[in-house]
Amino acid sequence: MTDMPDTTTTAPESATAPAEFADDAAGYYTPGDPIRDTKAPSGPLDERWNTRQFEARIANPANRRRLSVIVVGTGLAGASAAATLGEAGYVVKSFCYQDSPRRAHSIAAQGGINAAKNYKGDGDSVYRLFYDTIKGGDYRSRESNVYRLAQVSTNIIDQCVAQGVPFAREYGGLLDNRSFGGVQVSRTFYARGQTGQQLLIGAYQALERQVAAGTVRCYTRHEMVELIVVDGRARGIIVRDMVTGEIETYFADVVVLASGGYGNVFFLSTNAMGCNVTATWRAHRKGAYMANPCFTQIHPTCIPVTGHHQSKLTLMSESLRNDGRIWVPKKKADCTKDPRDIAEEDRDYYLERIYPAFGNLVPRDIASRQAKNMCDEGRGVGPEVEGVRRGVYLDFADAIERLGREAIEEKYGNLFDMYARITGEDPYSVPMRIYPAVHYVMGGLWVDYDLQTTIPGLFVIGEANFSDHGANRLGASALMQGLADGYFVLSNTIRDYLADGPFDRIADDDPAVVEAQTAVQSRIDHFMSNTGTRSVDSYHRELGNIMWEYCGMERTEDGLRKAIDLIRTLRDDFWRNVKVLGSAESLNQSLERAGRVADFLELGELMCIDALNRRESCGGHFRAESQTEEGEALRRDEQYSYVAAWEWAGPDDPPVLHKEDLVYEFVEMKARSYK
Amino acid sequence: MKLTLNIWRQASTASAGEMKTYQVEASPDMSFLEMLDVLNEELNEKGEEPVAFDSDCREGICGMCGLMINGEPHGPERTTTCQLHMRSFADGDTITIEPWRSTAFPVLKDLCVDRGAFDRIIQSGGYISVNTGAAPDAHATPVPKDNADRAFDAATCIGCGACVAACPNGSATLFLGAKVTHLGELPQGQAERWSRVVDMVGQHDHEGFGGCTNIGECVAACPKEIPLDVISQLNSDLRTAIRKGH
Repeated sequence: MTDMPDTTTTAPESATAPAEFADDAAGYYTPGDPIRDTKAPSGPLDERWNTRQFEARIANPANRRRLSVIVVGTGLAGASAAATLGEAGYVVKSFCYQDSPRRAHSIAAQGGINAAKNYKGDGDSVYRLFYDTIKGGDYRSRESNVYRLAQVSTNIIDQCVAQGVPFAREYGGLLDNRSFGGVQVSRTFYARGQTGQQLLIGAYQALERQVAAGTVRCYTRHEMVELIVVDGRARGIIVRDMVTGEIETYFADVVVLASGGYGNVFFLSTNAMGCNVTATWRAHRKGAYMANPCFTQIHPTCIPVTGHHQSKLTLMSESLRNDGRIWVPKKKADCTKDPRDIAEEDRDYYLERIYPAFGNLVPRDIASRQAKNMCDEGRGVGPEVEGVRRGVYLDFADAIERLGREAIEEKYGNLFDMYARITGEDPYSVPMRIYPAVHYVMGGLWVDYDLQTTIPGLFVIGEANFSDHGANRLGASALMQGLADGYFVLSNTIRDYLADGPFDRIADDDPAVVEAQTAVQSRIDHFMSNTGTRSVDSYHRELGNIMWEYCGMERTEDGLRKAIDLIRTLRDDFWRNVKVLGSAESLNQSLERAGRVADFLELGELMCIDALNRRESCGGHFRAESQTEEGEALRRDEQYSYVAAWEWAGPDDPPVLHKEDLVYEFVEMKARSYK
Repeated sequence: MKLTLNIWRQASTASAGEMKTYQVEASPDMSFLEMLDVLNEELNEKGEEPVAFDSDCREGICGMCGLMINGEPHGPERTTTCQLHMRSFADGDTITIEPWRSTAFPVLKDLCVDRGAFDRIIQSGGYISVNTGAAPDAHATPVPKDNADRAFDAATCIGCGACVAACPNGSATLFLGAKVTHLGELPQGQAERWSRVVDMVGQHDHEGFGGCTNIGECVAACPKEIPLDVISQLNSDLRTAIRKGH
């Protein structure tokens, strides 16, 4: 897109960085005009959402039957949005690649969901949740969005309880809460270690209720492979029926993407096998900006890789760090010993040593980076994979001695069982081994306050957008954001756009439609007819290794440049040499993966360019060139307190960088310290 | 470890299937599905089409995976297929792998089946009717902890279909009972309790699932350990509903 869309306006100031500051990514991108979110109302923070809800126009109830909405994805955001829009009377089509909407990966969230209910009377408030989220995000999110998120958090709990979500309760019958992730209040609602499952089942049931009512139609085992933009508006999608292989086109007045995050660009992550970037990446290629793509959350407590066959990683709840002590041997020679035979004085409880104030409870990014440092030093434990032992001990021996085995069983029993099942080791007698893994992405498609992208009529919700978590997401906030967007925000903002509809009917032979269909078909034809030698998975694995090595926990200028070269070479080889067997006209899982990996190969490069451009350390993004003398992350607010929104400029041209300045009117930006 | 695999191959719902035999080398640390990944990479290498099988989260919660392994749903351990590891088998074993067998779950390809019937059962009444924004404060109605806990235990069903695959009658009453118990234990679920059970049982029968004869194979196969008493609850609620004229 060369013209700015009408959802944004150009701010007057210059976007160039101070001259003394290195522009690492020079040559990899083209500077573009700054952008501004024009939908967020000004005025007092706590009145902005009310103002917007009032000012957003309402589509007449009688008209809603003639207004159609496509929702892609059925996780917490997608299922709750489709159900809510169906209830409002719009004609909704819901798509997912799984065999049922209930399988979306929100289901795997363990810990809980935050809400500023202050049921504990411990001083929680909307403002405190807002403040914690802004600070936790390392001052790289928008005040208006985050405040709204905190405001609607309380409605989410009400809604879920009314739907029958069986949250944990106290003996008096009221809801229980726990604390989470280093905040000082108990505001996390939970359903044992399966909160995501229970919330998703609630949203899924609400969705199926609308299917029964005839307002929503579900298309399962259908994967979105292209976005249709006609006259500057998102008007439909092209999907592949994953059973018959048929390529189908669906039109609507508005398209909503709720397709989740792209952590699988790393191949190994805690994401589900099918999680992918294709829906958002196809939209990006059609003009939607991708914001802060390098912001990745790496979770410190996952089960380590055991060998080359590994297909995914499993997270162990962060709550384990409350009682477990993390250590590695002081001497490399001890790394292969039975940990129980290593004497106390030969153990390095490195988090307790480096961060005496927070110890094992430092934030996720710090715990992850230090684990990597220990293993890079050669003090990792567990099986050697590709020459390095990547694991550290999480030891419950002290806690078991102090509290008794029963108490530990009561608190963590299901997690210990899961660990034992996967590793074949008994964590009650041998220390657990853990290692960080990619878990969540804060980056995603750029949206304004209405959750609308730079393509009019394309809205993005949940993890797929970039908006609320800044450079680091707090625990129990992903579920909150997904449901906030789906139940309470989107339905109130999308109506303003739909008030201008229904839009003109689109002809099946409209040039934009034919072009999109042709592009989809030729991509599939290429995969099926290519006489290559390498499997799709082998490319995905190699891409993942590059991303993990150079765009993972620690990023450097040289490493990122190298990664970009490696990815370009790999991508080139992929298109020439990938091998997909079977037929396109049937269920073909290699073909499905080929399309996803093709998009990951483009996304990976953009992530590296984004990381190269941001020569500061903030949240989950650690640039080795930007650290304090003690090795802590050094944020550079003067240069980088902006959202990096990238515009696709074509396959052969560098992306265009649009900067959205982050303005803090209410919260003072401070350096995080956990010493 | 060297293994011999007998795997059901079927090109599409309409085509006839057959068992085929493969050899694969695995390590005890692999999950069962990672062992199949290894097989598929080798098949791809040899120019044979890989085996289609469903999986997604691979951490035992989404319910997408599910294979008949040596005649047992999800195999020899009480867990999901994705959480089964090769250390449960021995070097030299022969393993037979089939899709779920049930009239109501037609095979789509190889080991993938269509479980859309479960979604349609939920559509027939497996919900509480409350529109977004219409909810009272979450503390307006206390729920006794015992009820909340029982509702939760039933609500942990992942909809994988192992219960149906295990049942000699191909019945889905454990799945039905889990939902009826989950919602029926909560005060919020009372308004629709009696119509819900009648409608869901009707849809269950309509989908071609068989009747329950209380054999209990379903409970033995359930990876989430849904207890048998949810079926008693289902029958009890159904009797009450019919008495009430639903």
